Amino acid sequence: MSDAEREIAVDYLARVEGEGAMYLKLRGDEVLDLKFKIFEPPRFFEAFLRGRRFSEAPDITARICGICPIAYQTSSCNAMEAAAGVTLTGGLRALRRLIYCGEWIESHALHVFFLHAPDFLGYESAIAMASDFPEQVTTGLRLKKIGNAIMTLLGGREIHPINIRVGGFYRAPTRRELETLVPDLEWARDAAVATVRWVSSLPFPDFERDYEFVALSHPDEYAIQDGRIMSNRGLDIAVEEWGEHFEESHVAWSNALHARRKEGGAYHLGPMARYSLNSDRLTPMARAAAAGAGLGPTCNNPFQSIVVRAVEIVFACEEALRLIESYEEPPAPFLEVEPRGVVGHGASEAPRGTLYHRYEVDSEGLIAEAHIVPPTSQNQLSIEEDLRAYVPGRTGLSDEELQWQLEQAIRCYDPCISCATHFLDLTVERE
Amino acid sequence: MRRIVIGVGNPSRGDDGAGLEVAGRVRSRGSYQVPGGSYELMDVWEGADDVIVVDAARSGSAAGTVHRFDASDQPLPGGVMGTSTHSIGVADVIEMARCLGRLPERLVVYGIEAFDVSPGGKITASVRQAVDRVVKEIDGA
Repeated sequence: MSDAEREIAVDYLARVEGEGAMYLKLRGDEVLDLKFKIFEPPRFFEAFLRGRRFSEAPDITARICGICPIAYQTSSCNAMEAAAGVTLTGGLRALRRLIYCGEWIESHALHVFFLHAPDFLGYESAIAMASDFPEQVTTGLRLKKIGNAIMTLLGGREIHPINIRVGGFYRAPTRRELETLVPDLEWARDAAVATVRWVSSLPFPDFERDYEFVALSHPDEYAIQDGRIMSNRGLDIAVEEWGEHFEESHVAWSNALHARRKEGGAYHLGPMARYSLNSDRLTPMARAAAAGAGLGPTCNNPFQSIVVRAVEIVFACEEALRLIESYEEPPAPFLEVEPRGVVGHGASEAPRGTLYHRYEVDSEGLIAEAHIVPPTSQNQLSIEEDLRAYVPGRTGLSDEELQWQLEQAIRCYDPCISCATHFLDLTVERE
Repeated sequence: MRRIVIGVGNPSRGDDGAGLEVAGRVRSRGSYQVPGGSYELMDVWEGADDVIVVDAARSGSAAGTVHRFDASDQPLPGGVMGTSTHSIGVADVIEMARCLGRLPERLVVYGIEAFDVSPGGKITASVRQAVDRVVKEIDGA
């Protein structure tokens, strides 16, 4: 390969949520410049929240994302409840975990079957894939629908649910209502096991990185809606200590703030991080499916995140079935929560990784300050480091092929740019 | 023979609600309003033989222009019906259903050219007249 500089630019990345771009400038094998750009316009949610009642946070923040509204609702409820010193237990905690399982199932099914699988099979879209893989596409559609059905039953509707409130729910479902979900969930669990087998047979590039994985961790269960923030490099902190260990900064090429560890730098959130920290707490069929797919106790190849996502679908189905089986209707659908003149911190595991919220609530119960840190903005540095590490040794590829592979490397993160904007558009420049 | 009409769009974005408005007023066939208008369309038209889908369109034609396509045997022309980054649009759902063998025997799509789709807006006068024309055409057929 010559020493000429070349430039590869993708102006609009496909199969990601929102508007983003990528720019790469190369001289020979040397990366001169690389940027993962998020140009979706700023959305000002933190400013909208100021002056609103604390109780409005779940409904306002749900609007940040149509794919993972439960994550926003849960993290904001957690923050308000922590501020007031209230903890959900029993049936209420089970319901909050159950609706979150629904969100993991629908969001992961969308990414595995419709956004990510086409990359490995050489299709531009799931529609192009559908004529050759009708069975898989049909399975993906049905899994997504079953995840949505959980969200609709508990949340009133699947997009931006309306039944969630600080302290619990406006109305708690009856046991009989939850039991209607069981036959579909049993089908979904078995279909997800078959999906793990299918995606583990896809061709993965030989590429691993030594990440600092960060995720919530809970002593007794695979963490979803609460836990401590932990990493594979010794971080072990309560959610309210987030600001002491992480910092955000603005870079000119992104409308999403870049986050880094104060002591380290880039870190990696999402299914691979959760799996690597918490795989021993997966449910039995999910653990067996992971072992059958050849996954060890950790996974460091971002392209294999599709396998981990499929394992998490198995887990979410098994967990949902367990929660329904052991459900006891709570005495009241919600607990009284009245934060006054306090600061509250909340986090939960959105499908794409840890979602952190912090609120200052004044003496009238109005939000004085809101701070929302979505997973995609935290993964930006890790994405850029992956791309920098992926290019050397592959510069013999044509611009077209290199661009296609780099776009895939970005999609491994299931980036939700709308959430982070805080999308994608790729430029490669070779000198 | 099961005949239905499905309205698609966002009722909170002015002219984007035109399809829903049509579905709400048609009397000659079963009517469904599907605001998202994505994969779930396949479930809604399951078992129906004669399906009409009505959605807002953005093709650069004059506001209120009514586009009518027979999608039973061929894809919708590109660039008329909208797309979304969070989901797939009507044209893509139709092609996916065609691949999966889930297309009704007869499928007609009406696209009503929108003018203003800003959040909180109302349906504009020319689009409202187009809604009247499409309701009349469907009920008179």
